[in-house]
Amino acid sequence: MSTTEEKLKAPKEPLFSKKNKRLITDPLSDNNPITIQVLGICSALAITVQVEQAFWMSISVIFVMVFGNLIVSLLRNLIPSRVRIIVQLVIVASLVIIVNESLQAFVPDVSEKLSVFVGLIITNCIIMGRFEAFAMSNKPFPSILDAVGNAIGYAWILVLVALVREVLGSGKIWGANIFGNNLPGEESGLYALGYVNNNLMILPPMALIVVGVIIWVQRSMNKELVEEN
Amino acid sequence: MESTLDIFVKAIFTENMIFAYFLGMCSYLAVSKTVKTGVGLGLAVVFVLGVTVPMNYLLENYVLKEGALSWLNEDYGVNGSNTIDLSFLSFIMFIAVVASIVQLVEMLVEKFAPALYGALGIFLPLIAVNCSILGGALFMQDRQYSTILDATSFALGSGVGWFIAIVSLAAIREKIRYSNVPPALRGLGITFIVTGLMGIAFMSFMGVEYGKKEEAKSNTESGGAVETSQIINVKQVN
Repeated sequence: MSTTEEKLKAPKEPLFSKKNKRLITDPLSDNNPITIQVLGICSALAITVQVEQAFWMSISVIFVMVFGNLIVSLLRNLIPSRVRIIVQLVIVASLVIIVNESLQAFVPDVSEKLSVFVGLIITNCIIMGRFEAFAMSNKPFPSILDAVGNAIGYAWILVLVALVREVLGSGKIWGANIFGNNLPGEESGLYALGYVNNNLMILPPMALIVVGVIIWVQRSMNKELVEEN
Repeated sequence: MESTLDIFVKAIFTENMIFAYFLGMCSYLAVSKTVKTGVGLGLAVVFVLGVTVPMNYLLENYVLKEGALSWLNEDYGVNGSNTIDLSFLSFIMFIAVVASIVQLVEMLVEKFAPALYGALGIFLPLIAVNCSILGGALFMQDRQYSTILDATSFALGSGVGWFIAIVSLAAIREKIRYSNVPPALRGLGITFIVTGLMGIAFMSFMGVEYGKKEEAKSNTESGGAVETSQIINVKQVN
C-alpha cells in the first residue's frame, strides 16, 4: 500500500514530487475508491439518477474530504488512538453540517432531492477510510493531495454512472432533452421515430449493474486488477 | 394511514435498505463472503437499529425538532415567544448517539450475554460506521413517524430486510465459486451485478398496497397499473 511508502519518504522534496503526483493519479484509475477499494458506494449509488445530483454530491464529498483530511492530519498527534473513531466522526459530522446548510441555502431543490444522502456522507466509508489509512499518519500537504485524488476518483465514477442512467433512462443531460421532445402528442427528434426511454435505468438496481459493468471494463483493460475468486 | 404492521412489512420488502436505498453497502459487500459471517453481521444490524432508532426518535422529538423543547418552558414551543429549533444539530447528535450506543451495547452484551457476544463479536464495532444505522435515523427524521412504536417497527423492519439481503447474497456467493465467471468480472464485479439482479427481483414487491384493504378490493384491475407507474414517478423524483 502507498501508506507504507509514504512513511519512508525523505523529509525534503519538491512540492509536486513524483510520489505526491501519484497520490492524486492513483485513485483515479488503478486504485479507485469505488471500483477497486469498494468504499463509499452506500451513498454513491442512490443519487446517480441525474447528473445534477451526482455533481453536487461530488462537490460536497470533495469539500468534506479535503478539509476532513487536513484537520485530521493537523490533529494526528493529539488524537488519542482509543477514541479516534469518535473524534473523526465529530470532525466529519461538523463538516457535513456546513455542507448541508450551504446546499439548503444556495441550491434548495437539489438539497431536497439528495434528502438524507447528504447526511450519510458522515458514514461514507471513503472518508473514514482515508482518515484511518492516510491522514492519521501523514503530514497535512500529502493528506490534502490524497483527499483530492480519492474524492475525484469517487466523483468521476459517480458522474459517469449518473450520465449513463440519465441519458438512457430519461433522455436528458442535466435536465435538458438531448433526443428531442417526448411529450405525448408532440414528439420530436428521436422520439418521433419511435425511440422510447428505458425506464429500467431509473430504478435503483440498475445503478449496481452499471457500476458492475464499469468494473468489468476496467478490469478487462488492466489484467493485474483481476481477483482470484 | 399506515398501521404499525404495514410500516414493518414495507421496510422489509418495498423499501429494503439495500435494494431500494443502497444503505450499508460497504459492509454488505465486504462481509458477505460466507453465510456464517453474513448472519452475524445481519443480527448485529437488526439489534443496533432496533436500539438506536427509538433513542434517536426521542432525541429528535424532545430536543432537536423545532419547538420540541416546549416541555422545558412554554416559550420554547412552536407557538411560544422564543421558539428554539436545534434541527441543524441533528447529524452530529445522531452519529454521537449511534457511536456511543454501539459502544455501550458492546459492553452490555459482553457482560450479560456472552453467547450473543461470541456470535456478534467483531461486527459490533464495525456497525458504528455502517450507513444503514445512521440512514435509519435520518429516514426516521425525514418521514416523521407519529409514535415511537412506528419508529421502532420501521427500525426492526429495516434491520430484518438488511438481514435477509445479506444472508441471501452470502448464499449466492458461496455457490458462485463453482461457476465459470469471466475473469475480469470475478469477485467484485459479479457481486455488484448479482445484487442488482436481486434488487430487480425485490422490486416485484413494489405493487403491494398498504393500509387500504377495502379500496384495493374494488379497483384491483385498474389500480395495479396506475400504482406501478406512480411508483416509478416517485423514484424519478428521488
